[in-house]
Amino acid sequence: MADNGNQSVDKVIEIENLVTHYGERKILNGVTMDVRDGEIMVIMGGSGSGKSTLLRHLMALETKTSGTMRILGQDIDQLSTLEFLELRKKLGVAFQGGALFSSLTVGENVMLPLYEHTDLEWSTMEIMARMKLQVVELGGFEDLTPAELSGGMIKRTAFARAVVMDPKILFCDEPSAGLDPAVASSLDDLILNLRKAMGMTIIVVTHELESAFKIADRITVLDRGDILMIGTVDEVRKSKNERIYNLLNRVPEDDTMDPDEYLARLTGEKIEVENQPL
Amino acid sequence: MPPTDTQNPVSRFLDKIGRTTIAGIEEVGNGGVMVAESLYSLFLGYRIKQPVRLNAVIQQMMDIGITAIPIIALLGGSISVTLAIQGIYTLRIFGAESHVTAGLAFIVVREFAPMITGILVAGRSGSALAARIGTMKINQEIDALKVMGVSPVRFLVAPPLIAMLIMVPCLTMMSNVVGLYLAGVYINVELGISLAAYLDQIIDILTVDDVLHGLGKSVIYAIEIAVIGVVNGASVVGGAEGVGKATTRSVVQSISAIIVTAMVVVILSTL
Repeated sequence: MADNGNQSVDKVIEIENLVTHYGERKILNGVTMDVRDGEIMVIMGGSGSGKSTLLRHLMALETKTSGTMRILGQDIDQLSTLEFLELRKKLGVAFQGGALFSSLTVGENVMLPLYEHTDLEWSTMEIMARMKLQVVELGGFEDLTPAELSGGMIKRTAFARAVVMDPKILFCDEPSAGLDPAVASSLDDLILNLRKAMGMTIIVVTHELESAFKIADRITVLDRGDILMIGTVDEVRKSKNERIYNLLNRVPEDDTMDPDEYLARLTGEKIEVENQPL
Repeated sequence: MPPTDTQNPVSRFLDKIGRTTIAGIEEVGNGGVMVAESLYSLFLGYRIKQPVRLNAVIQQMMDIGITAIPIIALLGGSISVTLAIQGIYTLRIFGAESHVTAGLAFIVVREFAPMITGILVAGRSGSALAARIGTMKINQEIDALKVMGVSPVRFLVAPPLIAMLIMVPCLTMMSNVVGLYLAGVYINVELGISLAAYLDQIIDILTVDDVLHGLGKSVIYAIEIAVIGVVNGASVVGGAEGVGKATTRSVVQSISAIIVTAMVVVILSTL
């Protein structure tokens, strides 16, 4: 059953009763969870479960309907613009597709947060970027462009950029998606190594069971916008919940939902949004 | 509520008009917000540690302005020579072809140089801006900027907007000079009026107000091109097809906006 956490453990993220809608559709139905300092929390669920939406909320990229969110002890609704920007510097994100800037080289991509937020000399930033690229085993690749990298290398570069500012929290969106098992496994090792080397809290969204069980300290299982369970790997494995059982054993669901709703959940996109400001 | 098959055609038509109008107002609103945010970043961005980077503006000035010089010189010159040919042809009916300089100077400086420059910048740089921002949006690069604590407007919108505000008037001025010079060469060959005499006539005819009229319009065009490019790029949904549509839409809208603005300004200036 859901683990509400030991109060003595520092919580870097606390979410209470988070509700979110895309248009008329309710995507998250009052999610309550926390993430402890230094742990690897995996958010797991099937397609359309709301895990990507939850991650976007955790990264403060979405506007919620109701509920409260505290990140690193700060209520994000109460922050001024400057405080919010300062908070964001403590978060690193490795996006599913890497989200590398195609006009920049690998090295420049990794240096970008340093360039934007520090007064370091260019040569110092280059050294720091090179060091982070070595951490993700891409030393020597600084001068290549993203178009010249393989899928696994793009994700590694995204990790290097995400950790270049030594963030307190690292978010990883589907790190193993679209990769062959060997590369996916090496990325799992990379996540474990980053936690070990840098002591950061890591939140991973994935639907890859093998990967989740390998890296997670705790797992949050989402289903259709509800948290089914928060627990350790063993607790999730032993769960008697039918939907968790189906998820773990890859039992196909009986999809009887409305096609529009299904599409919206599947893509996690706001279907009605046409003119989105930047 | 979306239209349903049960609605009659009139209701569906009105519904469509309503939605299109709201979408249009929303686009204008988004554009206004982006311009305001860009100006805030330019003048007060340092307060929230989000200054507009000078080298980003210079890079955009190179892309938008310097690389456009040959094509704008070519087309600005071609249009001016064409106007001179047609002007002489028309005025010859009245035996007044030697007065071609007056009409030519006004129409080039007040209308054609800013318009041709605006249209070319819209085709080259407005479309590129829409495509760049659209691609960045679908690749989550804009999300990446936000999460890094970098304002996407400051990073992506302010540099091209500022660069356009500087470079479009500069290119217009260059188009004025090249166009009037090449037209002068043609008039020299056709009518035997020396370039020095032609230049004297131009200086006598044109006032500072005429030049400022053209440059003022070029500033409005610059804002229109940047805002339309950014708004279309930011509204991309879907994949590569969405980027293509946004790019095409941005070019069509920019050119339309430039031509309509030219007409509105000239009407207002004659009131």
